[in-house]
Amino acid sequence: MNGFIHSTESFGTVDGPGIRFVIFMQGCPMRCLYCHNPDTWKIGSGKEVTAAQLIAEYEKYKEFMHNGGITVSGGEPLVQTEFVTELFAAAKAKNINTCLDTSGVTFNPNDTRSIDELIKYTDLVMLDIKHIDNEAHKKLTGHENKNILAFARYLMQNKVPLWVRHVIVPGITDSSEELMELGQFLAELDNLKAVDVLPYHDMGKTKYKSLGIDYPLENVKPLSKDDAEKAKNIILNGIRKGLKNKKEK
Amino acid sequence: MNNTIPHEWDGFNLGRWSNGSVNVREFIQMNYTPYSGDGSFLAAPTEATTKLWEQVMELSAKERAAGGVLDMDTKIISTITSHGPGYLDKKLEKIVGFQTDKPFKRSLQPFGGIRMAQNACKENGYEVDPSVVEIFTKYRKTHNQGVFDAYTPEMKLARHAAIITGLPDAYGRGRIIGDYRRVALYGIDRLIEDKKHQIDTSLIRMTSKNIRLREELAEQVRALGELKELGQIYGFDISKPAANAQEAVQWLYFGYLAAVKEQNGAAMSLGRTSTFLDIYIERDLAKGIITEQQAQEYIDHFIMKLRLVKFARTPEYNELFSGDPTWVTESIGGVGVDGRPLVTKNSFRYLHTLDNLGTAPEPNMTILWSKNLPRNFKEYCAEMSIKSSSIQYENDDLMRETHGDDYAIACCVSSMKIGKEMQFFGARANLAKCLLYAINGGVDERLKIQVGPEFRPVTGDYLDYDDVMKKYDAMMEWLAGLYVNTLNVIHYMHDKYSYERIQMALHDRDVKRYFATGIAGLSVVADSLSAIKYAKVKCIRDENGIVTDYEVEGDFPKYGNNDDRVDSIAVDLVRNFMDKIRKHHTYRDGVPTMSILTITSNVVYGKKTGNTPDGRKMGVPLAPGANPMHGRDTHGALASLSSVAKLPFRHAQDGISNTFSIIPDALGKDTRVFAGEIDLDKLREEDND
Repeated sequence: MNGFIHSTESFGTVDGPGIRFVIFMQGCPMRCLYCHNPDTWKIGSGKEVTAAQLIAEYEKYKEFMHNGGITVSGGEPLVQTEFVTELFAAAKAKNINTCLDTSGVTFNPNDTRSIDELIKYTDLVMLDIKHIDNEAHKKLTGHENKNILAFARYLMQNKVPLWVRHVIVPGITDSSEELMELGQFLAELDNLKAVDVLPYHDMGKTKYKSLGIDYPLENVKPLSKDDAEKAKNIILNGIRKGLKNKKEK
Repeated sequence: MNNTIPHEWDGFNLGRWSNGSVNVREFIQMNYTPYSGDGSFLAAPTEATTKLWEQVMELSAKERAAGGVLDMDTKIISTITSHGPGYLDKKLEKIVGFQTDKPFKRSLQPFGGIRMAQNACKENGYEVDPSVVEIFTKYRKTHNQGVFDAYTPEMKLARHAAIITGLPDAYGRGRIIGDYRRVALYGIDRLIEDKKHQIDTSLIRMTSKNIRLREELAEQVRALGELKELGQIYGFDISKPAANAQEAVQWLYFGYLAAVKEQNGAAMSLGRTSTFLDIYIERDLAKGIITEQQAQEYIDHFIMKLRLVKFARTPEYNELFSGDPTWVTESIGGVGVDGRPLVTKNSFRYLHTLDNLGTAPEPNMTILWSKNLPRNFKEYCAEMSIKSSSIQYENDDLMRETHGDDYAIACCVSSMKIGKEMQFFGARANLAKCLLYAINGGVDERLKIQVGPEFRPVTGDYLDYDDVMKKYDAMMEWLAGLYVNTLNVIHYMHDKYSYERIQMALHDRDVKRYFATGIAGLSVVADSLSAIKYAKVKCIRDENGIVTDYEVEGDFPKYGNNDDRVDSIAVDLVRNFMDKIRKHHTYRDGVPTMSILTITSNVVYGKKTGNTPDGRKMGVPLAPGANPMHGRDTHGALASLSSVAKLPFRHAQDGISNTFSIIPDALGKDTRVFAGEIDLDKLREEDND
């Protein structure tokens, strides 16, 4: 089958471990206020490719992919779960490390058949938890976070290694309470391998302009490294607290 | 050469290098101490270093305030011995010597061309002494005058239209690296003795070639004598080999200083000195006569001097090169042919000056990169690159095959065996403009005059790939011939009127001469041809029927995305133009080479090149060197670099450059904000902060 991609990046150093070939899938149901890739939203457009083509493209760079592999990002890759499954199966057949960068928003706890198949070929999931508070999550993304958190638990039950990513946006996702709560939630997940705190930046602005869309966070300043570091430490504290509570129970 | 072993060589392993022949490479190989550790041994700047550097910063501020030039010599013609000693602070300087009698005072160098020297002064508010002008117009011919005596009208026109650009016909050609290490290792007396032996064993059948060689060798001996005098001016006797580390640095620097006092070359590169000097430092450290701090101080002061090399130049020159570069390139690292990395502690010390003195573009620290460099050194280089953005990298694994393990880089990419090979620097031909000439039958699209041969122009509304390629091939044939012949004139005259005596005195007698050519506009041409082949390109003509603009209909593959459809066009272009260069006679049997390397001048070339069929507009800069056009490489760094890496080094042996910038955050996760390798069991045991 064919997939729709937005683009590829031959030198991905921040989307998973090592140096990675990153495939940005086209199409996403979320409309996160801080999204820096609005050009990947539209479903059903983009460049049509086959899994074999993408693997061949990856192979051009395999010498450089130290401790890396393929990351599928987006867009929301799970909009095209079947295609990603085919791609990852082909990758695993060649012993290529696979990493799925997702928001988890399409996860349906009542019907996991397609995901069950996908995770067979997935070495790592990077799950982007946008907001731990359901209401705030709705405001930020237009969707509830219930299924996303359920997806995290599902991955734990299925022993899929997990990185959790969290974008810190000043005034929206940076409150200590929220970060503590997120940490406590993460403490439940014994498949957690990393917490990837992403300071909000506004480099997507120009894309909005060229697409003729108003930039929703016009007045929000990019987050400093120092503040991002603080946020990371709060989340880690949250995890510690959560772990202690769990122990006491 | 004298076969006695001087006491200055005590402790060195002896070999052929010490037994009658000049052989710095062997000396290094037999005596250096490879270092695979990290940078933790490095020392902070001494008080003297900090004080001196503060003084330099003050003077720099004054220089900027004065409009870019603080002081110029307008009367004394710069020679090796023209000026008395100059100091920042004599008591504090461990390494001494300036081009004139004080720092920041630019010297007067009229041998390349008196007009250039006059303009350089005039533009900065100075005036060359009338008696000097008189001498160099009435009595002493310059390189520039010689060139214009011999140029054909066609050459002048091509130069004027900027299809051949940046020709060293009014300034020093540079790109010659004297083996300055020889001064330290052998001392001047032994080098003179060796040169005299070369004269005695040169052919005496007086052909013009042999006469020229004899005259040049005599000049070299004279220059070495002057170099010895330069030492005396600063109170040193450099007739004997350097006896310790400080002397080795100082002797070597005197050799280099003599060169920059005599030549205002476009690139005055240093060579490959760090590992050589490390041998002296190791010897002194082992004897316990210096500390690491002193060793670093010598290097800091040496580098400080290299940063203060200055030339009198015109605003146009500075515009062409985006600043006032001296290209004091120093090649660091690399791996020996025996497999041992040539990294020493002193390789670290050189890079450490970027910490001790702050970052600076000069000297142009160039890492000869190999897969087999020690891990610690690679990491240190990466760290310093991220910190300073001041380090250049070149592929040692590639160049070692051609040049062995004692070569260095002149300017930014030109590789040559030190003391054994030199090059005739050849600016570059603008291949993008050449394509426009092919389309317009030799008519310049900007000047609207016939510059190239009056071939049949393209007719019809749309460009046809085969038609354009045929015309382009013919136009490149013309350009290659004209270009090589123009360079022949230049180098003949440069040798005649502005011969690099001291630099060539620090070479062997029988040097290999590379005849370097260069091209500009590679990615514009590759993309243009790709557009013609894979999209539709419509010609827009002006009232005279000259094609002055293009409309591209549809998309086409662009160079820089690792797409063979267009990358192969770039590869063919390089090979094809080089083959055309090879067909021509070169001055002094120079071995033709080609570079793809504009680093800054691409901006000016872009101004002089009209609209191109890839959709680039007139005036927009060409991409630097072999870079893809700005913004057209959309598949990430490896795709972009892979396109460049396809270009064949053997057809561009003078070097291929790629200017690469990336924000540090795109190089990997910052551990400050990324919590990797989370261990829940461990976290559980930790207390909250």
